[in-house]
Amino acid sequence: MRLANPIPPRIVSMIQVAPMALIFTTMVLLPLGLIFVVSFLDYDFARVFPELYLGSWEDVLTSQLTRDLYAKTFKFVAIVWAVTALLGFCIAYFLAFHVRTMTVRLMLLATVAIPFWTSGPIRAVSWVPLLGREGLVNQALMGLGITSEPLSWLMYSEFAVLIAYVHLLTLPMIVCMVNSMGKIPPSVIQAAQDAGASEWQIIRDIILPLIRPGIAIGTIFVVTAVMGDAFIVKQMSGGQVNTATMAIVTELNAFMYPPAAAKSVVMLVIVLALVGVLLRFADIRKELQR
Amino acid sequence: MTARRPRSFYFLATLLGLFIVFLYAPMACVYILSFQGPNGGMSFPMTGWSTHWYEVLFGGTGGQGMGDIAASFRRSIRLALIVAVISAIIAVSAGMAYRRKFPGSNFVFYSAITSMVLPGIFVGFGIALTFNLLGWRVNWFTSGIGAQLTWTLPFGLLIMFIVLGRFNPSYEEAATDLGANARQRFTDVIVPIILPGIIGIMMASLTSSYEETARTQLNVGTGNTMPMEVTGLLTASATPVLFAIGTVTTLFSFTLVGLTIFALSRLAKRRTMRTAA
Repeated sequence: MRLANPIPPRIVSMIQVAPMALIFTTMVLLPLGLIFVVSFLDYDFARVFPELYLGSWEDVLTSQLTRDLYAKTFKFVAIVWAVTALLGFCIAYFLAFHVRTMTVRLMLLATVAIPFWTSGPIRAVSWVPLLGREGLVNQALMGLGITSEPLSWLMYSEFAVLIAYVHLLTLPMIVCMVNSMGKIPPSVIQAAQDAGASEWQIIRDIILPLIRPGIAIGTIFVVTAVMGDAFIVKQMSGGQVNTATMAIVTELNAFMYPPAAAKSVVMLVIVLALVGVLLRFADIRKELQR
Repeated sequence: MTARRPRSFYFLATLLGLFIVFLYAPMACVYILSFQGPNGGMSFPMTGWSTHWYEVLFGGTGGQGMGDIAASFRRSIRLALIVAVISAIIAVSAGMAYRRKFPGSNFVFYSAITSMVLPGIFVGFGIALTFNLLGWRVNWFTSGIGAQLTWTLPFGLLIMFIVLGRFNPSYEEAATDLGANARQRFTDVIVPIILPGIIGIMMASLTSSYEETARTQLNVGTGNTMPMEVTGLLTASATPVLFAIGTVTTLFSFTLVGLTIFALSRLAKRRTMRTAA
């Protein structure tokens, strides 16, 4: 007869989770707290003083520039979300309901997923031969006589930024939606078909309501990626487009920590609020365990 | 049952085809243009085929701001290997914890979600700021690894949820009935069953550590990591040598991913053979 384990199971669990809790506390939560504190401190070109100074906050909350930057960020978020959601849905729907065998479905998913493993900087430079002034798109347009001179807004522009976002972020949407669609029992669709529902009615009344968790999680990926991005904006716009996150990075590079911190707090509150709302539509743990 | 395809099938199939072209076209240009002739530029047409730009890359004789690619590659790989191992250990341990209810489980779970959804730049900024205020120097071994763990651990935990959510507890009960102690249950029953998940966590951590910049950048201390070095080259150089770098690094990433998939499918095959036998 073995002796009962002397340590209660709850305590064992707490010990097992401790290293992870430690990392998140020291590397995420504590730093976030310090960002908040520093946003209220005074600074000069070299360092931060432990003195109360509300100028950074005044600046963030009252300046027209901040509003313009957020307007630009939200414009990008809205456009990228709309495009990736629509495109993602069409492709996910095709993979889940039109493709008939699992093998073909997995092969097509892999085909769509492979380019995702290209590193960011390489991905950015890869658009030059296509969208640049002497790029293939301009060569084709001029060759076909559609334009007489190269279009300059294809690369290093807002358009280029949007293209790069859609290129990167459609995949998470597709994966989340396909995953949700796979959980719809075929019999439900079959029943609707037998009752005479059109394809559009099935999409609107059955599929869309049932894949809400997938849409929510995909949206979290897309929204947080666009809001937190400074790299793609900088590379694809050639530094010509400024967003809220870009402004923070610029201040970070100039060691202007308090104003950067105040702006970061605003951004973090917005991101976490958005994610909080989106998580109401999806229980991540339940989604994963089924 | 070869029912006729509805019209929407052809429309969506075309859309998917166009999307795949859109996905692959940029990198296809990179691969082709990396073999550009010595006098060629960063756009088509090709001025002959050559391996000139690879020679510039590996010879290091180009003098075009090639920096120190080999050193940053070694730095990145060293960091990625350590992060992969630590992530797997911590994530497996935490995953085991979540098989029971315990106080603080929601706190850790929502910390993980927060860490995952927060823009990397702010996490990186926060860590650099913390080190700065405490008077510590940022260093790849402390702040660098820590910053990367904030990115790899949430995914590790989610993978463990997937793996342990599908774990059939009767195997473990059978082992207990046969007299296995907690340690034997873990090493002889649980680990072999969740091994594909552990490999998955290590490879996901390895690749994301290797590519991460937003969190790492401010915290890695002296010396660039690979993506930082490549980003630096983008601004310093405007010749097809960039495409040679792109081809080589992509080949490397794909090899990593390919090896993972190969290892996982070998495991799966061995398992089905064993159950069939």
